[in-house]
Order: sequence, then C-alpha cells, then structure tokens
Amino acid sequence: MNFDFSDDQKQLRDQARKFLAEKCSPKAVRVVLDGKAPYDKELWKGLAEMGFLGVAIPEEFGGAGAGHLELCVIAEEMGRANAPVPFSSTVYLAAEALLIAGSDAQKKKWLPAIASGEAIGTLALFEGKGNPAPKNVKLTAANGVLNGVKKPVADGAVADFAVVAARTGSSGRDGDISLFLVDLKAGGVEVKSLTNLDPTRGQAEIAFKDCKAEPLGAAGEGWSILTQVLDRAAVLCAFEQVGGSDRALEMGRDYALDRIAFGRQIGSFQAVKHMLADMYVSATLARSNSYYGAWALSTNAAELPEAAAAARISATQAFQHCAKNNIQVHGGMGFTWEFDCHMYYRRANAMALGLGSLTYWEDQLIDRMRKKNAA
Amino acid sequence: MNFDDTPQEAEFRATARAWIGANAPKQYEEELRKSSLGRTALKNANILEVAKAWQKKKADAGWACLHWPKEYGGRGSSPIERVIWQQEEGPFGQLSRMFIIGHGMCGPTMMAFAREEHKRTYLPPLASGEKVWCQLFSEPAGGSDVAGLRTRAEKDGDDWVINGQKIWTSGAHYSDYGILLTRTDPTVPKHKGLTMFFLDMKSPGVEVRPIKQASGASDFNEVYFTNVRIPDHQRLGEVGDGWNVSLTTLMNERSAIGAAVSTGFPELFEYCSSLMLDDGPAIEDRAVRSKLANWAVKASGLKYTSMRAISALSKGERPGPENSIGKLVAGSMIQDVATYALDLQGASGVISSAEDAELAGRFQAMLLRAPGTRVEGGTDEIMRNIIAERVLGLPGDIRVDKDVPFNKIPTKGRG
Ligand SMILES: Cc1cc2nc3c(=O)[nH]c(=O)nc-3n(C[C@H](O)[C@H](O)[C@H](O)COP(=O)(O)OP(=O)(O)OC[C@H]3O[C@@H](n4cnc5c(N)ncnc54)[C@H](O)[C@@H]3O)c2cc1C
Repeated sequence: MNFDFSDDQKQLRDQARKFLAEKCSPKAVRVVLDGKAPYDKELWKGLAEMGFLGVAIPEEFGGAGAGHLELCVIAEEMGRANAPVPFSSTVYLAAEALLIAGSDAQKKKWLPAIASGEAIGTLALFEGKGNPAPKNVKLTAANGVLNGVKKPVADGAVADFAVVAARTGSSGRDGDISLFLVDLKAGGVEVKSLTNLDPTRGQAEIAFKDCKAEPLGAAGEGWSILTQVLDRAAVLCAFEQVGGSDRALEMGRDYALDRIAFGRQIGSFQAVKHMLADMYVSATLARSNSYYGAWALSTNAAELPEAAAAARISATQAFQHCAKNNIQVHGGMGFTWEFDCHMYYRRANAMALGLGSLTYWEDQLIDRMRKKNAA
Repeated sequence: MNFDDTPQEAEFRATARAWIGANAPKQYEEELRKSSLGRTALKNANILEVAKAWQKKKADAGWACLHWPKEYGGRGSSPIERVIWQQEEGPFGQLSRMFIIGHGMCGPTMMAFAREEHKRTYLPPLASGEKVWCQLFSEPAGGSDVAGLRTRAEKDGDDWVINGQKIWTSGAHYSDYGILLTRTDPTVPKHKGLTMFFLDMKSPGVEVRPIKQASGASDFNEVYFTNVRIPDHQRLGEVGDGWNVSLTTLMNERSAIGAAVSTGFPELFEYCSSLMLDDGPAIEDRAVRSKLANWAVKASGLKYTSMRAISALSKGERPGPENSIGKLVAGSMIQDVATYALDLQGASGVISSAEDAELAGRFQAMLLRAPGTRVEGGTDEIMRNIIAERVLGLPGDIRVDKDVPFNKIPTKGRG
C-alpha cells in the first residue's frame, strides 16, 4: 500500500504549478472574466505545448500516455490557478467519452486534435432544469439526425465538437439513450452564449436542427457510457476543486497574517484562526477522498462509482466552504471586484452544479453504497 | 498510489489472519462487533480480564505493540503492517482500547526519555498488557492549560517528594504505573518549572478516587498525592524540561486517539438500511440520504487521511500536528450522528429499557459518551488552535502569563 503520488508525479505538479503561475496570473484570468475573450487562447496553446492536454491520452492517439494520476495532478493545478480555459469539458468529458466508447476512426480523428490544442470538445447532456437522468433527455435522434436543444453546455460556444446525449427509444429506461458525436462547425447547429455564474468558463445553448451526427458507442449504451464519463469527470473535477480550496485557504491565511486590526494581526483572533482551521479540515478531507478516487480511476477499480461520488461531494463542499470563508476573512476587501476572492467563489459555486448538483451526487453515493453492501 | 498489498504485505496479512483465526476469543466476537463508542462492556465477563488475556496471548506470539522494537516487547513492524494487523484483528481490536493510554502515550514517552534499563524492565509488561499505565497530567487548575498544574515535586536526597492532586485520570483505578507531570520550580514562568516522572501507582501516599462521569460510567478518577516518594532515576528528561517531555506524549496522544476514534457512521448506515419510517424505508428517504452522504464522506475522508499519514510515516516522516484533525472531526460527528439516529426514532428514541433499547441503546450510549470525546486529549478549541498555529502558521494566542513567574499568576477568573 502507498497512498501518495510518486516523486515523478509530484515533479509534474511542480512543473504545472510553475507554468500556470507564469501564464495564468489572476490578471490573465480577469481578461476572460471581464468578457474580453471567451477563453485564454495563449494559455490553451501553452497547455498543449506542455503536453498537459493529452497527458492521459495514449501515445498512439497523439497524447503523452502518462495516465490518469498525472491528469489528476494537473487538474489540481488548473483549479488552483482558476484557469479560464475549456479544460474540463474537453479533457475530462469529451476525451474521456472518446476513450471509453470511441471507434478507432473517431479516436484517430479527435484525440490527437485535443492533445495538440486544435480541437475543443464538450458534452451536451443537460436540457434545462434537472440532474443527469435518462428521463431528462428529450433531444431525439432518428436515422443519425438530431433534433432538440441542449443547455447549459459547458464551453459550448467555443467547442469544435460535442458528445451529445439523445433519445433513441421510448421504453423510459436507460437503454433509450444513445450518444452521438457532432462536428459543431459542420452545420445544423445554432449556438448561443449564455451569461452565467462563472464567466471564466462559458456556458451555451445549442439547438440541433436536423443535424447529422455519428453514433458514439453502441445504440442504447449511452447511459452506461455517460455514467462512466461522469464518474471519471467527478474525480478529475474534484482535484480542480481541491486545488481551488487550497488556494482560497492560502489567500485567507496570507491576508490574516497581513491585516492588522485592534493593534493585532487578525490571524491572532481565535474566531479567525478557527475559521481557517475549519477550512483546512474540509480541504484535507476532500483531498483524501479525492486521492482514493484517483486510485480507483487510475486502476479502473470496482470501487470507482462510490469513490467518485464521495470525492465529488467532499470536494464540492470543501471548495464552497473555503471560497466563502476566504471572502469573510478578507472583510470588505473580499467583497470588491478588485480582489480575487470572488473568482474562486464563482468557480466553486459553478463547479458545484456542472456535473449535476450536490443533491444528485448524494443520492448516487447512497445508492452505490447500498449496492456494494448488498453484494 | 496503490491500495493493493505488496507480496510481503500479503504474506504478512495471511500469517496474521491465520493466527487470529486460531487464537482470538471468538466467544466475544458478536458482542464486540455490536459495541460502539460508549458501549464496550461485555455482559458476562470482565472486559479488562478478557482484554488482558488477549493482549498476553498476542505478546507471547509476538503480535503485541507491533511497531515497537522487539527488545521492548514489540515486533518491529512497519506502519503499514500495523494497519494490516488492525484490519485483520477487526472487532477484537476493541479490546486494546483498554491499553490505549499506556501503549499510545506512556510507552512512547518512556521510549524517548527513560533509561535503557527501565525501558527493558517496564516496557515489555506494558506491551503484553500485564501492567496497565495511566497518564497523570490534568489537574483542576490545568486541563487545556496543562502547564498551569500545581502538583509539587521537591527534591529530598535521592528522592522526589510529591504532593498535590490530579483529575480526569483515565484508568487510574486499575493502573499499575503512571507518567506524572509535576512542578519543580514555581518561581520561573510556568512552562519552565515542570518535570516529568514515572511512578508505581501502589506507592504509599497515592490515593485514587473514581469519578462518576456524565455518561454514568466511571472510567476516570481523581488521584491524590501525599508525600509520595519517587526515586530520581524515575525522572523522564531533565529537571525543568517536563514541558518538552509532555509535548512528546501529547503528540503521540493525538495520533493514537486520532487513528482510533470512531465516527458512528457504519452504525448509522446499518441502522438506516433496516429502519422503516412512516413513508417507507429510511434509506429511501431523500432527507435521510442527504444526511448519510454528508457523514459518509467525512468518515471516508478521515479514513483516507489517516492512510495518507501512514504512507508518510512509512517513508520516514514524523507524525505531525495535522493528526489533530481526526478527533476534531469525529468528535462532533459522532455526537451529531447519535442525535440524528435518535431523532429518526421519534418519541421512542428516548427509551432505554431492555427491548426498546436494542436499537436506540447503541446511539444513546454514543450520545452520552460523545461530549467526553470532544474534551479528552485536547478540546475541539485546542485542536483548532493547533491546526491554525502549527499547520497554517498563524500567530499564537496572546499569553498574558507567559513571562510571569508561576507563583505570581492570578488564580481566579472572578472576584
Ligand atoms: C473522558 C476523559 C478522559 C480523560 N482522560 C485523561 C487522562 O487520562 N489523563 C489526563 O491527564 N487527562 C485526562 N482528561 C482531561 C482532559 O485532557 C482535559 O479535560 C482537557 O484537556 C480539557 O481541560 P479542562 O477539563 O481543564 O477544561 P478547560 O481547559 O477548563 O476548558 C474549558 C473550556 O474552555 C475552553 N478553552 C480553554 N482554553 C482555551 C483556549 N486557549 N482557547 C480556546 N478555548 C479554550 C475549552 O476548549 C473548553 O471549552 C480526560 C478528560 C476526559 C473528558
């Protein structure tokens, strides 16, 4: 047993941290936050050059073939830096869907393009209110033609292709859902940007009108593939959330050491110290749950569904907790646009919804624990 | 990152499993399995006797205090082997809770500060459970503020003479030895005038009076010292260096308690899996599931946090102040879990007589024991201070008595 990242993986983390500190300063994030660019194109290019986009993509498809533990390490740094790029939608969702279910030709077409930064991908699953569930998929596919509207689609306005969940049956079961690959630049789609909680990662509405699409994976297998994709993404997002939690805690700690009130550093007041200690506690629990998720993901263990849900819940809670208390530690300054606290607050709360809400994952976790206990 | 056993670990596991299978006191297995915080007594046997017998059997076969050096009664095992042993020992491990203070705190302190001949004399019977140890730190005037203690030790020839009173001393009523923190110089600031000893609890002048606890049990005691003589060679560390010595004890205490602390989650999950509410099974109720999920991730988070600590230990890193997290999280969690389990039972949750108690009783016992968990071994507030100061590097609390000679410090809050 060894419950830690290897020295090589830690080196990769240091490398990613250094790179992002240089290329992804809060100032750079603000360019996207202020609406001056849909995402940071320079950074995206740099990430590709560093090999970070394809770190878990096999070499035969143009990636680095390192693996998912390495991707977890990078995800944490992406979260720490609050990177304004379509990383999660492209790398965790689109690439993972292709890795799980893509044909050789589909992998050859899209995976190298992802690794090199030429293609941005996303997953089009949601259709308005509601959590992931077969009954919430109304968009239809008939004879390879899609009709319906998806929203919100993460990074939909900048994506080159999408993995789309569509209804192909009417039994009301999981088997009604199939996945399709759509080249968003090929016509038949109408994309509209939506304003959202976290402008550093865009959301869009995509309308498919008699849009030609190729199946991804076998017909009727869509829901089972989606479940696997969401589980993997849950672990990877958890690492982003852990990175964000740690950064928010660090910002709070630094400010508490700097700011003087009543003739003392505010960090010497117990109410403030204890608030920061509690942030440390939730960030630590989230990190530990995420490590377990990383192990399950990297070994494709039978524990993955349960581990993914636990990592997701724990990391969502921790990031929200740390981000909100970071503002509190900063007092009035924390509530200004000027200070960076709100960027993490936005990201924390947007990420809490991205793969389905907390309530959804709580439900999933208990289901999965019951199944395990029954087995 | 790897959760699987290495070949050596697998071999160790198989050997441990076989030995436990052949030797554990199986007649108590069911009862031990059903026990939880606050409810570890055996119905038809004295748990201390059962625990001592099991510990002795383990020691004779080389399975006691696994991580201790062999010459002191241990096995010289790696931290990971210790975890494997705990997994395999399962419910029988509950029995070693009787020795947690001796094994977790007194032993390591002796190992760090006692003379070699004393280590060889006293540690093996501590490891084997033949001799039980207690920790005599807290006093009416000094709990969180341990360094505020007043029990005096005065040099008289080759002996020290002890006078004063300790309180909350767990297990003192069945202990053979204890480690004792005293004041040897009241004219210097409080941290500088302390000295540590170990002593025979049967020494003349030691009087132990059990205290009835809020939970109804009597696990801790008051201990009075009247002209108790301790030979100088039983001193641990230098005269006046007792604070440093006690820090070693407290650090070990945190990891010993932190690793062993229960959360109540497995009990609650099991309970909700069978409980019927008005609208159907509890586990299918949305509100119940949300509560369960929140506690599930705390329990797993703690479990994997301690695994990370063990991975660090096995790479030669020392247990750090971050170990305070275990007791801090689990203490209030078990209190909340117990409260919620009783809430689910509605009005009948209050009953603790025979049949009704079968389900509620477990959580009632937890509820009544939990407040102690949040106080013993450092209160929640002290744990948060430790994390804030020693992990996050925030400033220490303002200490108005820091540089004042101990005998000049005010002793009352009001009036
Ligand atoms: C079940 C149990 C077993 C125990 N076993 C032993 C044992 O075997 N040996 C032994 O030596 N002791 C033992 N203790 C004693 C235990 O270590 C002390 O009770 C504990 O350290 C708290 O000290 P106190 O009771 O004096 O409370 P106090 O220190 O008086 O604390 C009262 C309140 O003030 C708060 N407080 C105090 N100082 C601060 C501060 N600086 N900042 C913020 N809040 C503060 C505390 O958190 C608490 O809420 C045991 C206690 C219990 C409950």
